[in-house]
Amino acid sequence: MGIEIAGITKKFGDFVALEDIDLSIPSGQLTALLGPSGGGKSTLLRIIAGLESSDSGSVVIEGNDATRLPAQKRNVGFVFQHYAAFKHLSVRRNIAFGLEIRKRPKNEIKAKVDELLELVHLTQWADRLPSQLSGGQRQRMALARALAIEPTVLLLDEPFGALDAKVRKELRDWLRRLHDEVHVTTVFVTHDQEEALEVADSLVVINEGRIEQVGTPDDLYDKPASDFVLSFLGPVTTLGDKLIRPHDIDISRYEQAATAVGTITRWTRVGFEIRLEVTPEDVLHPEPVQVVVTRAEATALDLHEGDRVWLRPQVGADQVAGH
Amino acid sequence: MASHVTPPKTAGTYARRGLVVVYLFLLVAWPVGLVVQKTFDGGLENLQAAFSDPDVVFALQLTVYVAVWAVVINTVFGVGISLLLVRQEFPGKNLLSAFIDLPLSVSPVVVGLALLLAYGGSNGVFGPALEDAGLQIAYATPGIILATAFVSLPLVIREIVPVLQEVGAEQEQAARSLGAGSWQTFRRITLPSIKWALLYGVVLSLARALGEFGAVKIISGNVVGQTQTATLIVEQKYQDFEQGAAYATSFLLALIAVAALVVVTFLRPEESPDGD
Amino acid sequence: MTTEILAPPTPTPTGRRGRGRARTNTLTRQSGLGLGLALTWFSLLVLIPLALIVIQAADGGWATFRDTLTDDQTFDALRLTVEQSLLVTVVNVVMGTLIAWVLVRDRFWGKRLLEVIIDIPFALPTIVAGLVLLSLYGPRSPIGIDVSNTERAVFLALLFVTLPFVVRTVQPVLLELDPEVEQAAASLGASQLTTVRRIILPALAPAITAGAALSFARGISEYGSLVLLSGNLPHTSEVASVRILTYIENGNEAAAASVAVLLLLVALAAILALQLVNRWVARRG
Repeated sequence: MGIEIAGITKKFGDFVALEDIDLSIPSGQLTALLGPSGGGKSTLLRIIAGLESSDSGSVVIEGNDATRLPAQKRNVGFVFQHYAAFKHLSVRRNIAFGLEIRKRPKNEIKAKVDELLELVHLTQWADRLPSQLSGGQRQRMALARALAIEPTVLLLDEPFGALDAKVRKELRDWLRRLHDEVHVTTVFVTHDQEEALEVADSLVVINEGRIEQVGTPDDLYDKPASDFVLSFLGPVTTLGDKLIRPHDIDISRYEQAATAVGTITRWTRVGFEIRLEVTPEDVLHPEPVQVVVTRAEATALDLHEGDRVWLRPQVGADQVAGH
Repeated sequence: MASHVTPPKTAGTYARRGLVVVYLFLLVAWPVGLVVQKTFDGGLENLQAAFSDPDVVFALQLTVYVAVWAVVINTVFGVGISLLLVRQEFPGKNLLSAFIDLPLSVSPVVVGLALLLAYGGSNGVFGPALEDAGLQIAYATPGIILATAFVSLPLVIREIVPVLQEVGAEQEQAARSLGAGSWQTFRRITLPSIKWALLYGVVLSLARALGEFGAVKIISGNVVGQTQTATLIVEQKYQDFEQGAAYATSFLLALIAVAALVVVTFLRPEESPDGD
Repeated sequence: MTTEILAPPTPTPTGRRGRGRARTNTLTRQSGLGLGLALTWFSLLVLIPLALIVIQAADGGWATFRDTLTDDQTFDALRLTVEQSLLVTVVNVVMGTLIAWVLVRDRFWGKRLLEVIIDIPFALPTIVAGLVLLSLYGPRSPIGIDVSNTERAVFLALLFVTLPFVVRTVQPVLLELDPEVEQAAASLGASQLTTVRRIILPALAPAITAGAALSFARGISEYGSLVLLSGNLPHTSEVASVRILTYIENGNEAAAASVAVLLLLVALAAILALQLVNRWVARRG
């Protein structure tokens, strides 16, 4: 069940935003659509919500074909990056909006709104206008507003994108805890790989209108299906003609079977880790290789700037053919 | 913001200020003041005389009737077309949006002629057929309404289009995702966000509609007691040397127009900073 | 994310570029119906009647057109209209910009009153505007200036009715103008005059042009305020609109349409100028 997407294609003029997307999003999970800006992930989310129509393909939400349903009949909670707060309504009225539309009895609305205000910690701000709230508070209000209609699925479009780093981190943890409580099928769009890896149960990497890979955070980090996924989900460097994570390189001052031989030309210490730049002697691949070791390793291996070193991939490390 | 900066006042500041004040006083304030003064030259006599002249009373009633119709038509049409222009995509949109402003720069006399060519009873293109069907447009009230609607057509649109653009579609989309239909979204979300601009546009339209002269003069036939509007009777009274009546009627027209404008200017809240 | 390709997203009030919020929808059946209705009404009211003027003028043939426009009286009327409109536009460019400047940058008691005064010519019925000017500049002028029945009367009436255009187009741009840019120019050693000439005027140029176009178009097309004031004396104070009216009253619709087409062209040119200015401004962001 969950959300079943089949054969979705969307073009804007000549630009292909999404190309023949098939995707199945499991019920009750927190799924992240991850990818660079302009890659099509927001468009896909908006198509699920019915805010955008697809050129072809179908969307089935919890077993109901929603392809031809307008947004107001999909019972989908949608949270916008810039909150889309109803500026002329108080926080309370914002949250109550969907219930008022559904003509629920007044006391039921009041009870539900009070409960949600409690949940998003906005009880004391209930009678303020959105313009009197901070960005983080506005986004919590938007979330409560979306949850009020007890949506079949909750969709969030870059929900923390407009917030500053600290609030962002707080809201991210809070969303994770909220989801553990509420368990509604949730999809959120982000271009921040750290956010996605930290919060989501499963990740969908989208680039240039296509799905690159679907899987758990561990799957994607450890077994990237393409160099795009590898480079998008963390730091990478080129060793020989392969892409590899800098901490997956085996470095030694002693001669050994190696992919590259070179000199340590830069040495930067960042907290507990040491970032090295090794300039290879290979004329075919002269670009510096980034290597990351812990401080303990650097001491044990007796590494210093200017040392000649032998580099090779660690056993079991991922490598993907570079360009 | 510029408005918070108070630069030091120099001789130039006072020279500019003085020039502007004198210019506006000579061009607008003094002449307008004189008309008000002349209206009340003999106390309330002029106004009383005007109000006891059945032709003047009829003209004022006709003007209000016509203006209300024209404003209602322009408001409905204006809100609809603004939503289409801002929120929808369709071929020819840019062309339409350019043509929408046309009525503001077309001469009222040309408007009158154009409507006559289309709806004139004897040699208009649609006129004879419509008259056979029992609908007289030229030289009758519908023609006056058309002319008035024509000249004030873009005013509502020009006010609300920029506001709709600035507000964006997200609030409306949020309302839809929360289950609101088109009408509910419009009434609960769109309308509250454009209400001041809409009111301002309506007042501008009303002022323009009450005051239209050239186009109405041509299409109405200017028949006393039948198709003569307030502005037309001002001209006639002045030329008939009944200047008291001309001044009194002018004063009333000006009063309604300027009062509406002043009320809205002062009522309209300063653009609230949305501060996110 | 794809909006950038279709149309530039509208900057939000805070200057953020809202992705997706400027996105427009393709027509649903409901809005298609609305568009159909709106277009029908707009055509019946505006487009078809105006097109009929062009058709009427073309119907009369080139000869009628030429004869009408070369008729002494009509030619003089057209010349007077264009001359006085140009003159008024020049005055408005200078005075309008100055008024806008004072309203935005100066602070003094009664400024709000000036704001209302600026709008009076727009709100006042044109026939009343004529009457108003007559009271100070007519035969019974308390200051002894009588311009009625001369070309000065045309100038004065046009100056009155076109007053708001330049002021109201320049004012918002001036409000948005960042004073830091001027301070930067000053800190780089620019004199006040240089700052005005090199920094402020270029920024205001599109708005001034737009206001001038509106003002000129309004001047060309003015009728109501002139009726009582100018006396409509042939060769002296008769303008193009009055000629059209005379032709209509004489039942010569072909000749009326010939002159009307000219005025219509000026109106279209003004609209076009406005569109170009708007597009240019939008491109510069």
